[in-house]
Amino acid sequence: MEIAFYLAAAVAVISTMMSVTNPNPVHALLYLIVSLLAVAMVFFSIGAPFAGILEIIVYAGAIMVLFVFVVMMLNLGRATIEQEKRWLRWQAWIGPSALSLVLLFELVRVLHPIGGDKHMVGYGTIGAREVGMALFGPYLLAVELASMLLLAALVAAFHLGRHED
Amino acid sequence: MNGVSAIPLEHALILSGILFSLGLLGILLRRNILFVLMSIEVMMNGAALAFVAAGSRWGAADGQIMFILILTLAAAEASVGLALVLQIYRRFNTLDTDAASEMKG
Amino acid sequence: MNILFLVFLFPLLGFLILAFGRGKIPEKLAAVIGVGSIGLSALVAAIVGAQFLQHPPADGAYVEPLWTWMQVGGFAPQFALRLDGLSLTMMGVITGVGFLIHLFASWYMRRDEGYGRFFSYMNLFVASMLFLVLGDNLLFLYFGWEGVGLCSYLLIGFWYQDPANGAAARKAFIVTRVGDTFMAIGLFLLFQTLGTLNIQEILQLAPQAFHPGSLTVTAIALLLLGGAVGKSAQLPLQTWLPDAMAGPTPVSALIHAATMVTAGVYLIARTHTLFELAPFAQEMVGLVGAVTLLLAGFTALVQTDIKRVLAYSTMSQIGYMFLALGAGAWSAAVFHLMTHAFFKALLFLASGAVILACHHEQDIRKMGGLRKKIPLAFWSFVVGGSALAAVPYLTAGFFSKDEILWQAYAGGHIGLFWAGLLGAFLTSLYTFRLIFTVFFGEAKTDAHAGHGVSYWLPLSVLLVLSTFVGGMIHPPLANVLPANPAEEGGSEQHLVEALSGFVAICGIAIAGWRFFGQPRLLQWLEGTGLAKLLSRYWYSAFGFDWLYDRLFVKPFLWLVRINSKDVFDQIIGCIPVVLVSFNKATALSQSGRLRWYTASVAFGAVLIIAAVVVYQ
Repeated sequence: MEIAFYLAAAVAVISTMMSVTNPNPVHALLYLIVSLLAVAMVFFSIGAPFAGILEIIVYAGAIMVLFVFVVMMLNLGRATIEQEKRWLRWQAWIGPSALSLVLLFELVRVLHPIGGDKHMVGYGTIGAREVGMALFGPYLLAVELASMLLLAALVAAFHLGRHED
Repeated sequence: MNGVSAIPLEHALILSGILFSLGLLGILLRRNILFVLMSIEVMMNGAALAFVAAGSRWGAADGQIMFILILTLAAAEASVGLALVLQIYRRFNTLDTDAASEMKG
Repeated sequence: MNILFLVFLFPLLGFLILAFGRGKIPEKLAAVIGVGSIGLSALVAAIVGAQFLQHPPADGAYVEPLWTWMQVGGFAPQFALRLDGLSLTMMGVITGVGFLIHLFASWYMRRDEGYGRFFSYMNLFVASMLFLVLGDNLLFLYFGWEGVGLCSYLLIGFWYQDPANGAAARKAFIVTRVGDTFMAIGLFLLFQTLGTLNIQEILQLAPQAFHPGSLTVTAIALLLLGGAVGKSAQLPLQTWLPDAMAGPTPVSALIHAATMVTAGVYLIARTHTLFELAPFAQEMVGLVGAVTLLLAGFTALVQTDIKRVLAYSTMSQIGYMFLALGAGAWSAAVFHLMTHAFFKALLFLASGAVILACHHEQDIRKMGGLRKKIPLAFWSFVVGGSALAAVPYLTAGFFSKDEILWQAYAGGHIGLFWAGLLGAFLTSLYTFRLIFTVFFGEAKTDAHAGHGVSYWLPLSVLLVLSTFVGGMIHPPLANVLPANPAEEGGSEQHLVEALSGFVAICGIAIAGWRFFGQPRLLQWLEGTGLAKLLSRYWYSAFGFDWLYDRLFVKPFLWLVRINSKDVFDQIIGCIPVVLVSFNKATALSQSGRLRWYTASVAFGAVLIIAAVVVYQ
């Protein structure tokens, strides 16, 4: 399964990179979906199949469809792509990439001490059953809070999405 | 899943760090608000991966619980964010974040 | 027995149907749904009650757990119904009297454009009230408590086109909210010290956990009393009840006379152990009851609005119940609660009939001589009024009120006894002043009587229940509440009975003398300056509205008005001047550009992580 993990990780990194830098919104979205599917594969390989399934269904399925719909509604055509290309000049890259690289370097550096003794993941599988037991047991309050959050988002989206009178 | 695979925890965490940094890059780089939202999704996904990996390290379900909560957050964020995108497009007729800069001091 | 949940399910269903079908359901159908749901509920209540009385459960109560609300740590409130003698009594009153009032309302509210809305609120009210009395833990009770508060608000402001009604509804809501906040704090304190809100567990744990008279239990009992005082319109939170009469008359009958306002009495009887452990709080209960009873009695003497007279008499009768609770006569209080529900509902419904007959006229000075024109309303008033005034042996009110007076006397609460006796005199005086003014003398309006089964049936049934028939019904409270402190019977009790009967007759006689006899003495008395002053003072209900207006409303509005000009802003106006320069500098960073903000957040994060990396 190590192969699957590294392969999926490589796919995830590459497709994310493409997604972030692509001037065409639809292409970028498709790359993002590939990236999410790859992360789902990563979840499978480290023994979290339930999370992987949810990643595919909810993230790649539902949330991304929302994005696709918005792209369709805005009808972003060639003009947008041209504009994006204008915005993505090489000067614009310097600051963001420097900051991101520093952040990445630091994250890896912080992780370093763990490398002393090897902690492995993926020995066992934590299935939907365990997650469900935990979710509706000790985390019940969190579920209630999440439901309130969704309700609030629903109301907010409904309110914001209205046409003005 | 035969469960005998063994991947070092920090490799999974480094992957999540890379995804997070790429998301940050996207937010800083893009001016189109739609791409900014997509980059936020990438960042959240990276953070969620860290939770799942850590949960898997301890053989506990809690990591996946956190993942589900992040998923909820992402769904709520995407719906409100996209509704805002539509409103901004309707009002300014562009998706440039710099156009909506009425809050400047 | 396991059909108990149907009791509140029917009203809830009725509410949902009517609420969602608003405007689409014709009036006839809405009446069938609204009244029928309560009818079915009353039927179920009767079946369950009969079963309960025939085969009483071993421990005196029947518990039906529905589900666990949520389980978080050690906090696992059960959604359970508990039926014992006390909740059975309350359930019987709510569904039985409630059904009759709904039936009457289907006549009273006819051709009102909010017909369906009215019945949806009424059904929701009955469901909430049943939640309140059937819940086996205080959280459940609180849920129903707030639910009835909401329905009360909605129904007082039912005719919302008139801003005065909206103001009355808001007043009721806000004033009772003050009490509810006390109660909520009491519940927090209770949960903190005992770790549970289940009523039975509290009653068992409390005697071990608290020393009698300790500060904690006294505080809890006083906070609960605060909640009860708000809901039951007792001093000092009584001002909302007279204004609540802005709602339709069946609402006043159901909510502001028979059921909701007695919830405070129910709460205190339910948690009686806490009050027994806190003698100071129990004394306060009695004191509050006695003072309210007298104040409301004096106020009712000079009111001119038919419904306000009844509202003040409600306040005063609940004062009796509080007085009984304070004297430790728990079951006497509940008994009076029941008989009061009968005769006060009768009086309110009859006053509704009078008001409709006189084309929405509520001022009694403009009525008169209605005896012949609306005989059913007249007899209802005579019987209900006699019960209210506790005319000896013939009426339900006599049995319950006399028991309260006897218990107060025999329990050694002489002060409470005399207050109760004076109150009884005032009660019969103002009741028969009302009856004589409205139904005797010369006719001033042309009135026409109502007809139809939904008009005469509720009045007749309640009329029968207000006579000694109602006094025969004894609530099965032996297993729930401690016995009354004093024995029944004995010559001393007969003396008390004779005294209270004499006082009641005296009041009626004086009212009659004043109305029919044109006595010089009373005219002279009323003509003096002092009497005029007193009557103005009483008419304004001892000036509590004025006082609260000055104490709370005016200062609050004053603060708001002052603060709208930002006083503090002007006082410290020099600081902004200094800060403006800083502001100008920092405003440069407020570019309004999202990427700039993100970059600064990320930069901060990078710095913090760098610090971790360096110093770890």
